[in-house]
Amino acid sequence: MRKVSFPYLGNAIITFKKLMNAFGNEVVLPKRPTEETLSLGTKYAPEFACLPFKIVLGTYIEALESGADTLVSTGGVGPCRAGLYTTLHEKILKSLGYDFEMITLEPPGRHLRELISSIKKLVNRRLTFADYYRIGRFVWKELQLLDKAEKLSHKVRPLEVKKGETTRVYKRCTELIAQAKSYKDLEEIEREIELLFEKIEKKDYDPLKIGIVGEIYVVIEPAANLEIEEMLGDLGVYAERSMFLASYTFYNAIMDLFRMPGERDVKKLAAPYFKEMCGGHGRESVGNAILFAKRGFDGVIQLSPFTCIPEIVAKSILPKVCAKYDIGFLPVTLDEQTGKEGLRTRVEAFVDLLAAKRRKKHKIVKGDVAYGTLLGN
Amino acid sequence: MKIGIPRALAYFAYYPFINTFFEKLGMEVVVSDPTSKEVIDAGVEDAVTDACVPVKLFHGHVKNLMGRVDYIFVPRLVRVNSEATFCPKFLGLPDMLVCSIDNLTNMLEVRIEIIKGKRQLFLKCLEVARRFNKNFFMTWKAYRQALRSFESHIMQFLQGGIPPLGILSQDKSSDIKLGVVGYPYLLYDSYVSLDLIKKLIGMGAYVVTPEMVPEEIKKRYAGKLRKMLFWTFSNSVLRTAFHFLETGCVDGIIHVTAFGCGPDFIVDKVIELEAKERKMPFLTITLDEHTGQEGINTRLEAFVDMLRRRKRKEAVI
Ligand code: SF4
Ligand code: SF4
Repeated sequence: MRKVSFPYLGNAIITFKKLMNAFGNEVVLPKRPTEETLSLGTKYAPEFACLPFKIVLGTYIEALESGADTLVSTGGVGPCRAGLYTTLHEKILKSLGYDFEMITLEPPGRHLRELISSIKKLVNRRLTFADYYRIGRFVWKELQLLDKAEKLSHKVRPLEVKKGETTRVYKRCTELIAQAKSYKDLEEIEREIELLFEKIEKKDYDPLKIGIVGEIYVVIEPAANLEIEEMLGDLGVYAERSMFLASYTFYNAIMDLFRMPGERDVKKLAAPYFKEMCGGHGRESVGNAILFAKRGFDGVIQLSPFTCIPEIVAKSILPKVCAKYDIGFLPVTLDEQTGKEGLRTRVEAFVDLLAAKRRKKHKIVKGDVAYGTLLGN
Repeated sequence: MKIGIPRALAYFAYYPFINTFFEKLGMEVVVSDPTSKEVIDAGVEDAVTDACVPVKLFHGHVKNLMGRVDYIFVPRLVRVNSEATFCPKFLGLPDMLVCSIDNLTNMLEVRIEIIKGKRQLFLKCLEVARRFNKNFFMTWKAYRQALRSFESHIMQFLQGGIPPLGILSQDKSSDIKLGVVGYPYLLYDSYVSLDLIKKLIGMGAYVVTPEMVPEEIKKRYAGKLRKMLFWTFSNSVLRTAFHFLETGCVDGIIHVTAFGCGPDFIVDKVIELEAKERKMPFLTITLDEHTGQEGINTRLEAFVDMLRRRKRKEAVI
């Protein structure tokens, strides 16, 4: 039996494990990246590799050490570096003396035949068409649930009365989802998740809202972004990110098939500033920042790995766009040297700034003619 | 009508065409000053901090032209063949400039996406010429001449010259043949590259760059590296390196790369690993805005010496 492992990408590994099991493979579950993972990756990756490259390399080494013989990579982890990204991982690992097979799941648009042959290698059990349907439906639903639980946690965390409760509930949710075996389980769990979050005691106020944009891996994987969302939640800020796994998988796979990468309206919004689609998620970063501004958010944080090309392009455009839409902007560059404390200080300062800005705005509104009192206070 | 052309990025690959075309259209062509400390500083001041050196330089060259020309030519190079696009920073270049440099209002932005060969190139030229009210015949003539000067530029490369550095030919009897790979805007900008190529030639080496390897030969490695489809210039560098490695037609390879370059960490590592496998001597030189002369000199000398020693040893055996 194949012993399959794959990059760690947030809670999606729960679903991916089930998928691989259903296909008749043994799974070596990748560990959540730690500092050690990163230092392993940093040691063997080229110095200027982007953070996701290093983390994924470290994860692979750990998986191979625990006995994996097949690595599945989704080309999507490094969209801008497409095939080469994986090729280089493979070359480095082989030069370190590991023996394994690398299977790449390329987006279907250009490589449909390759994708099918890769999947064939991974299916090591007889499956009927009905099986495929069942598995597909389950996987899709589970991904959506994982996203849902996470979205809820970000919504509730800044409002929680008892610190830490949301994090506990969220953990519980992922455990529940991990145990699900059938579509029906998932439906039940969905209701339970809603209930669990409902029950958290909440304050009633309008928190500061910050949107998170940037490169997909560091946006989605908390271990790569130093848990910035939790950090914001603890500061009483509602943080929303522009990308979620289910939607990403969807757009990457299905839209690619119809050659329509990326979300339409986001692209349209970014078009005046970012005239060219240029790989990665640079354009989406700009589009989503505008979307957040239009929805009345107070600020935008851009997460970009050091040397990430598409995000550098976005970074030079974002300050101007954010100034125009009157929304705060904080660029965060992540590499192996970024420390959590340093980041926290910057984030706190940013949040203070946004809070001050909001107070000022409110004052003006109160003393404004719109309120009918020119005397105001 | 004065048209300013920044001496950076695409310029180094296509200047004979660009310059000739605008000149023959009857415009005054002003190329920005050769890279200098001032140009670099001006670029560093305005460009995003983690941009690569060449992109920062482009900002500097644009600023160098501001105020002394009517238009500044900024190509948005998307692709020149159907297999690959350019590095995303080429694609987003005008967008970055508008946002980073204040008061940049006279940019002549030209989007270049050429898949169907020369016809499309001419149509693009027509489109640009029309903006300056030039008629069809004038454009056609300018286009033909531009093409000719570009072709002769390529010929010079194939005959062993390096025209952007003013090197017309090299000594074929040199004992050491060196493959020097890197992007044209690094290799041929003598300030940023610390005149590395001339130094190597001065040490008695015969230098071969990607531009000196015929397209047909590079194409041969395209199929082999199918999984390694990449950005246009990176492809050219990788394929050239593979050509050197597979045929063993050089004694060593030097990869010149820019600090902060995204694609190059992959290109560099791939060449390094492949070179190791084939026991080909390999050296990486990373350039940034303050790389020192001395360090580079000693490294180059040591590398060339090593190659000579190796050669002598082989000869003895
Ligand atoms: S998008 Fe950025 S972070 Fe992601 S693979 Fe490309 S360069 Fe790396
Ligand atoms: S290829 Fe590298 S050096 Fe050239 S523009 Fe892109 S990132 Fe910069």
